[in-house]
Amino acid sequence: MAKELIKVALIGNPNTGKTSVFNHLTGLHQQVGNYPGITVEKKIGTCKLSEDTKATIIDLPGTYSLNASSIDENVVIELLMNKKDENFPDVVVVVSEVENLKRNLLLFTQIKDLEIPTILVINMSDRMQLKGIELDIPFLENQLKTKIALVSSRKNIGIEKIKELILHYESLSTEPCLNASSIDPEYFDKLRKAFPNQLVYKLWLVITQDVNFLNLERNEMKSSFTKSHADLKRLQQKETIKRYQFINDTLKIGQKIDQSKASDVRAKLDRVLTHKIFGYLIFFVVLFAIFQSIFDWSSIPMDFIDSTFANLATYVKTHLPAGEFTNLISEGIIPGIGGILIFIPQIAFLFLFISVLEESGYMSRVVFLMDKIMRRFGLSGKSIVPLISGTACAIPAIMGARNIENWKERLITILVTPFITCSARLPVYAILIALIIPEKRVLGFISLQGMTLMVLYLLGFGMAIFSAFVLNKILKISSKSYFVVEMPSYKIPLFKNVAINILEKTKSFVFGAGKIILAISIILWFLGSHGPGKDFKNAQTIIEHEVYSSAIAINPSVIPNRVAEYKLEHSYIGIIGKSIEPAIRPLGYDWKIGIAVVSSFAAREVFVGTLATIYSVGNNSDEESTIKEQMKYEIREDGKPVFNLATGISLLLFYAFAMQCVSTLAIVKKETNSWKWPVIQLVFMSGFAYLTALLAYQFLK
Amino acid sequence: MQTTIADLKIGQKGTISDFNIEEIPLKLLEMGCLPGNTIELIQIAPLGCPLYYNVNDSHVAIRLETAKEIIVVIENQN
Repeated sequence: MAKELIKVALIGNPNTGKTSVFNHLTGLHQQVGNYPGITVEKKIGTCKLSEDTKATIIDLPGTYSLNASSIDENVVIELLMNKKDENFPDVVVVVSEVENLKRNLLLFTQIKDLEIPTILVINMSDRMQLKGIELDIPFLENQLKTKIALVSSRKNIGIEKIKELILHYESLSTEPCLNASSIDPEYFDKLRKAFPNQLVYKLWLVITQDVNFLNLERNEMKSSFTKSHADLKRLQQKETIKRYQFINDTLKIGQKIDQSKASDVRAKLDRVLTHKIFGYLIFFVVLFAIFQSIFDWSSIPMDFIDSTFANLATYVKTHLPAGEFTNLISEGIIPGIGGILIFIPQIAFLFLFISVLEESGYMSRVVFLMDKIMRRFGLSGKSIVPLISGTACAIPAIMGARNIENWKERLITILVTPFITCSARLPVYAILIALIIPEKRVLGFISLQGMTLMVLYLLGFGMAIFSAFVLNKILKISSKSYFVVEMPSYKIPLFKNVAINILEKTKSFVFGAGKIILAISIILWFLGSHGPGKDFKNAQTIIEHEVYSSAIAINPSVIPNRVAEYKLEHSYIGIIGKSIEPAIRPLGYDWKIGIAVVSSFAAREVFVGTLATIYSVGNNSDEESTIKEQMKYEIREDGKPVFNLATGISLLLFYAFAMQCVSTLAIVKKETNSWKWPVIQLVFMSGFAYLTALLAYQFLK
Repeated sequence: MQTTIADLKIGQKGTISDFNIEEIPLKLLEMGCLPGNTIELIQIAPLGCPLYYNVNDSHVAIRLETAKEIIVVIENQN
């Protein structure tokens, strides 16, 4: 039996609970992808409406109107303007919220002007009684020429009603609510005559903004219908006023608010949370809790993942028949997958906090508190979110900079975020600190190792702020600071939303960054276990010959290790390492560390894995303590340990500053739409890292 | 009395009479910051900027330089 499929687009202002409605309608039947060419998240889900009808629901980015001011908002307009788009909706569901109905309806009236069947969802109806709000639904339906579903996504009320309305979307009126073109009849008449086949409102949207429309002759239109920027904006203002007039007239009858019931929870909370002392104090406590959880609580599941994969690799090695294939699995794939999964606890904890802070409405208060301080460094209050997220991973952090309206502030945020210590640096820091910093306590309770780790975090943050300050002075970009932040009412976060958000973010990390990490691990394994020429192939005989023909007696039991080392030295990766040795010797690194540094230009966390591979080849044990031990006893030609204080500090500084993450570079390219910025980042960050590492080593050695 | 919304005191209300349209983001207009609407200053950030307003039932924070472009008439001087 052929099933019918209805295409639905979910649109609404930010903070209306649009995503909760989406989650209720689709459950876990969601797919997250990207729009072609841009990194805006595209969420599509399916929902069963009746026995033989299904709906595909696309959750569009939140927007206040159809006048886009960011690429996220652009997505909404481009979809609604292009009837040929495969996702062009049969019916639009506008999600509004009972407390902000007036403002939410502005977007609704704009969408109605596009003459697409539209359903109005009024969400958070559970707050109506509390706020003393009454709605005359039949009157509103009549005035707004639509059908209304009164919904509480928190209490799971009204979702069935939405489904029912979607099912019968064909009976919805497609008539606009008001005649927007009356703001300048002469101009709009001309427009109508020039393009008789197009909707006037569509033409108007094309004229007023920079959106790519496929079928409209944009340039032709621009030349004959252009007005000065100020004139256009004046018309847009007139349009907005006209829409609000209509909305106010409608709500005057359709909505009754008992002012006496307006609760002042928001005012009370605001007074504390944005207080000049308590506000900052609370923010720092929150930050502290976040870091505590990321580094302390997540160490338990991380250790578990670590040991599980180490055991798994050993198990595979001992239980599968020895050979190339087993080696690929136990030395390449399993450690590779383990290297990805180990970050899940931290990323999940971070997004738990971020989504709770955002859902509750607290994040806007932080933006409010921090804006002035951040501006001194050329950043925006909104940069706080990327800078915090950067401690987990720079990729989602850089994407999070998208809602910064001012291009210069956004660019600086994108450029400095990679300095923030991300979770990928953590394993590198951890192993190096354990090697070079004694396990001592100062004053009896401050761990020296912990202190070092903290200093490294502060160093990253300080460097981010400092380079923002410098960039702010250098970059000659003048863009207006159109800073507008909505301060939403406080809400208790919905468990379902938070959970789905964490799940999605973790998934996109595992499949996005994870692919690269896994690929690198496999490539590394291959390069390390294969080599050109006779030296590699005949390692066994060469070493045996050396040992047995040696003048001094050598215990034959060292042969396997010596063979492995010889093989490594003559493998592809050994050759690469040897050839770059002159460049890294001044920093205190030998060719083995060199390999690890080079391979971690793809992703930092590869460093530990590479050293593990390099030092443990020929060794059956895969435990981390063994790697640490091996690193500890690694000796230079002059008999001194490789990982002394000078080399260790030099490496720590190098990893703190160098731009070693292909995925971050890729995302910066996408977000800035140019190769210029990622290249500058790569050259400057890595150059700076080289310099500081060089100075540190030469000074300390 | 005419002034800009940057000069309102916390809790003070005014009616928007005019603004410099070139300097005002469209988003602010769309949130209801339009001539004739009431605006109330709710909170000032500790360092004097941004400012947090309630306009037309929308709660928004904007920077000082934007606030200085919006002119209001203060209804009652208490």
